[in-house]
Amino acid sequence: MPVIAETKELTKRFGDTLAVDKLSFSIEEGDIYGFLGENGAGKSTTIRMLLGLIYPSEGTVYIKGTAFNNRKRHLLQHIGAIIERPDMYGYLSGWDNLRMFASMSDKHIPNARLHEVLEIVGLKGRETDKVRAYSQGMKQRLGIAIAMVHNPDLLILDEPTNGLDPQGIAEMRKLIMQLSKEHGKTILISSHLLHEIEQVASKILVIHKGRKMVEGKAAQLLNPGETLIEAETLPCEDIAAKIAPTQWQQFVQNIDPAGITFKMHPGQVPALNKWLVENGVQVLELRSKHSLEAYFLSLTHDTATPDRAI
Amino acid sequence: MIPLLRIELYKIFHRPRTYISFGIITAIALVIQLAMLADGKSFVGFALQAVSEQFDIKGNVLNGYLITYLILQTLLIHIPLLVALVAGDALAGEANIGTLRLLLTKPISRQGLVLVKFTASVIYAMLLLLWLAIVALGLSTLLFGTGDMINLKSDAFVMLLKDDILWRYLAAFAFAGLAMMCVAALALLLSVFADNSIGPIIGTMGIIIVLTIFSTLQLPIFDAISPYLFTTHMIGWKGFFDAPVPYDAIGRSALILLIYTFVFVAATIFVFNKKDILS
Repeated sequence: MPVIAETKELTKRFGDTLAVDKLSFSIEEGDIYGFLGENGAGKSTTIRMLLGLIYPSEGTVYIKGTAFNNRKRHLLQHIGAIIERPDMYGYLSGWDNLRMFASMSDKHIPNARLHEVLEIVGLKGRETDKVRAYSQGMKQRLGIAIAMVHNPDLLILDEPTNGLDPQGIAEMRKLIMQLSKEHGKTILISSHLLHEIEQVASKILVIHKGRKMVEGKAAQLLNPGETLIEAETLPCEDIAAKIAPTQWQQFVQNIDPAGITFKMHPGQVPALNKWLVENGVQVLELRSKHSLEAYFLSLTHDTATPDRAI
Repeated sequence: MIPLLRIELYKIFHRPRTYISFGIITAIALVIQLAMLADGKSFVGFALQAVSEQFDIKGNVLNGYLITYLILQTLLIHIPLLVALVAGDALAGEANIGTLRLLLTKPISRQGLVLVKFTASVIYAMLLLLWLAIVALGLSTLLFGTGDMINLKSDAFVMLLKDDILWRYLAAFAFAGLAMMCVAALALLLSVFADNSIGPIIGTMGIIIVLTIFSTLQLPIFDAISPYLFTTHMIGWKGFFDAPVPYDAIGRSALILLIYTFVFVAATIFVFNKKDILS
């Protein structure tokens, strides 16, 4: 697929602080590109450089193969974005906000398109309300409507689930999938929450302290064979001795009286559960934890070996 | 540019606090007018005390033209404050509520945004002055009638004939427009450095007050810099109430205000173009 956005050796320093360090990545058309990192990892700084809000200290951003700084105004036609909070003019209605930002586009956007995007984001019927009366979720939806009203190829959504309740998060996830599948948008979505990214992203980039840690297809990173299973049990002193001679020993990652962590294929969990119960281990809960989460944690707590390939 | 300017004006005039400024101007004018209705005669008597021994002054001295002239003294501090409320908020206010980053993700140039913000602030300042003209000149002449106008100065007094005054007010308001344009440009420049509008507004007023002190204090050290300060020239409108009108001095003041305006706007564009948007 053609590359829609690309960075090469993107670097940003704020005084002595290195916020982004030689970051190179590319987003292909049709991707839902998950941009993952802890708070302060450099995600927002990178996104702001992609949008020309922050000037890189070094490196270049390319949109559709053209260096961003050369034709910024023209290239912004291809991008729609919400950055961090979806802040708008609270004293104006949702419709006024949408119409206002739509009219900043170089091309004429008819009212029918405004109605269409309101329909897509599920704000139809609430557009005449003042934005200050909107919930956080509605503001996020309006933010997405504003970002996509000029029909851009690339949508950049920086922490779009911030401040949303669980239902709002689920709805936002559904909307992102819908924008990708039904409307053909390429989407860059950033988050510090792995489970948010892993549920929608087709590719994932993990950064830590401004450096690329890993980039790859989500399906590869989320190899189910690598799943961690945490078994929470009532205290059982001889649990280690019971497991040691069995086939389950090879999957043990960690063991203590209150629980055991296994690394195994999820399909083996029912058999494991049966064995634990039959051997007198009282299981309170079995939790699966994808390997990416463990991998992510290991990456972000050990920065010695950045830029590993998957 | 035109659609962007329309948007900017739409935002300004859909914000309830915009109209507070018009209310304040109305209040200032009404307070002075009511005070003059209640005690204007003794005020005029006191003001003319020094000249009434040598001159026999008759007629409607306390007329609408004189009251308007008194109200116009607010152009030095009050009206600049109201202009700074909007111009100082232009960029810093957007940064504060978080809309600046959204604006700049749209295909508009930063230079264009600054020029539009400046133009909208100037239009707002002009409307304020128009409103001042209506409530000051219009209402004062309705309440107090018209007549010859006495312009009392520290070392002289100027008598202006009734039929020779209206054009002077039109010219004075036009000049005041230049002065307020300069104030708007200064507030906009300060606005680019801040992420909330309080700083630029207070900064603008602080600069105007400090420089006005430099302009008005009769000390040799300030005399040297006073001609170069824009605040010295903001009161150039008063020249239209002299006889003869000092057109050269007024023209020089207008030119200096225009140069300051240009420098402030150019500096705003330069700084804003280089700025990382972190708000």
